[in-house]
Amino acid sequence: MAKIKLHTHRLNRSLGGDICIGVFLFTVGLFMALPMIYAICTSLKPADELWVYPPRFFVHNPTFKNFKELFRILDDSTVPFSRYIFNTLFVTIVGTGGHVVLASMCAYALCKFDFRGKNFLFNIVVLSLMFNATVTAIPNFIIMARLHWVDTLAALVVPAFGSSLGLYLMKQFIEQMIPDGILEAARIDGAGEFLIFFRIVMPMVKPAWLTLVIFSFQGLWNLADTNYIYREDLKPLNYALHQILSGGVTRVGASAAATVLMMIVPILIFVLTQSQVVETLATSGMKD
Amino acid sequence: MKLGKAYKRQSKGVVWFFILPYFCIFFTFTVLPVLMSIFLSFTDFNMFQIPKFIGMQNYIRLFLQDEIFIKSIGNTFILALITGPLGYILCLLFAWFINELRPTARAIVTLIFYAPSISGNMYLVWQAVFSGDAYGYLNGFLMRSGLISAPIIWLRNEDYILPIIAVVALWSSLGTSFLTFIAGFQGVDKTYYEAASIDGITNRWQELWYVTLPLMRPQMLLSAVLSITASFGVGAIVTQLAGNPSTNYAAHTMVNHLQDYGTARYELGYASAIATVLFIIMVISNFVIRRIISKVGE
Repeated sequence: MAKIKLHTHRLNRSLGGDICIGVFLFTVGLFMALPMIYAICTSLKPADELWVYPPRFFVHNPTFKNFKELFRILDDSTVPFSRYIFNTLFVTIVGTGGHVVLASMCAYALCKFDFRGKNFLFNIVVLSLMFNATVTAIPNFIIMARLHWVDTLAALVVPAFGSSLGLYLMKQFIEQMIPDGILEAARIDGAGEFLIFFRIVMPMVKPAWLTLVIFSFQGLWNLADTNYIYREDLKPLNYALHQILSGGVTRVGASAAATVLMMIVPILIFVLTQSQVVETLATSGMKD
Repeated sequence: MKLGKAYKRQSKGVVWFFILPYFCIFFTFTVLPVLMSIFLSFTDFNMFQIPKFIGMQNYIRLFLQDEIFIKSIGNTFILALITGPLGYILCLLFAWFINELRPTARAIVTLIFYAPSISGNMYLVWQAVFSGDAYGYLNGFLMRSGLISAPIIWLRNEDYILPIIAVVALWSSLGTSFLTFIAGFQGVDKTYYEAASIDGITNRWQELWYVTLPLMRPQMLLSAVLSITASFGVGAIVTQLAGNPSTNYAAHTMVNHLQDYGTARYELGYASAIATVLFIIMVISNFVIRRIISKVGE
């Protein structure tokens, strides 16, 4: 049923227009894919190709030497590498999960509940997105110190829960995707707000929080420096990698290998969540 | 619909339950630091001594005595006016074109277009492209094809820095808004399209303007704020590619100026004043853009 509906409303379009759009997308796509191709090529280049003249963009004799070198360097690290991986997984998963749930709940309330001051609260969130983070670093450090959170993972996880982007994003999507009628019907049927939120609202705005998962996951996964962690065994993976691999020309190859390895998980998350967004498309006709 | 109003009132307890966990954290780690920074902008604070209240002096110094700051405002506006509107429209168009592809093709193309945002330091590829010696890809290419005989130091030459930064900033800022629009197209109720085609909408541009975009206004407002913060907030790219300060301040932005004072010179009061000015500029642009977006579909 849904499938048929999707294809019936195709508007008349010209072949020429389709070709133009195709060529346009292809050209821009090449430009956008450049860094990923570059990172992969560089990571596979043997040492003599990294410094060959004239410079070559693509790799001629691919090798995994850089990856071997990377693992050799990591083996020498004083803190076992699994510890950095655990830190990052913990911060990324807990931080993203908490942010998505808390921000969505709050966004639902701001969007669909009726209480005084909600517009004011919402405007503060939007405004906060526009303040530069460099100057708030010191005040933030003072707050962390007061809470005795310096050198704890809580300093990385808890602020992520309350980040502004998620609330704004969820509020805009709930506004677009959730008609009041559905909520009223559920309330008349006696459903509690908590149930309505988890059983009706969240499934309907799935494309929104899947997108938020990507944003939040990436931000936390790629965390490259932090003012709150000084203990070596609490540092996140990317931070540790930066420290180890910034050591000059000889480590360029290993550093490129690390960049590629660090890309794999975000790409997996991206593909997983995006394929779900597509699935929602195929079923969205059903709700009528 | 009238009946609905009565059911819409929630008890205070329910409201608190939904908003309190988020707002407690948000106020502690986002609002409080911002308020502290705004307060610091009226002080002389070097991070080692107690802040000394000096009223408007930081702001007076910014606008009357700091020529580099005035230059940085110019650069910031040039970059914002190029990358902001262009990036916004491109994101919307890409998302719209890609949305019409088959699911598998769609997923692949989405990933490719999002690639620059996948990891935080993707723009470093441009360092290799624009590298000033003969090893740079652009120099290598131009020299081999005989267009130039000696390498050009792209990122140290005042004439080239700002255009290069504009391109890289545009390129790296597309991801977030693009994904927001991709998801936003999913939220458009498909029945509106059928109604519209009965009402005489004949081509897809009309459909986009009169049907799709008005239904995507929430996402358009969100992306506008994201575009503003990205395009007025260009800073790290300049530092990484051209250095901070860049040659003769050719691409010096307000964020560069702020970072210079906040992290290199330890004048946090002054840096906070720059942040506050930048904040006000962004808030005003957001106000203007909201007005423009409210006209969409008319």
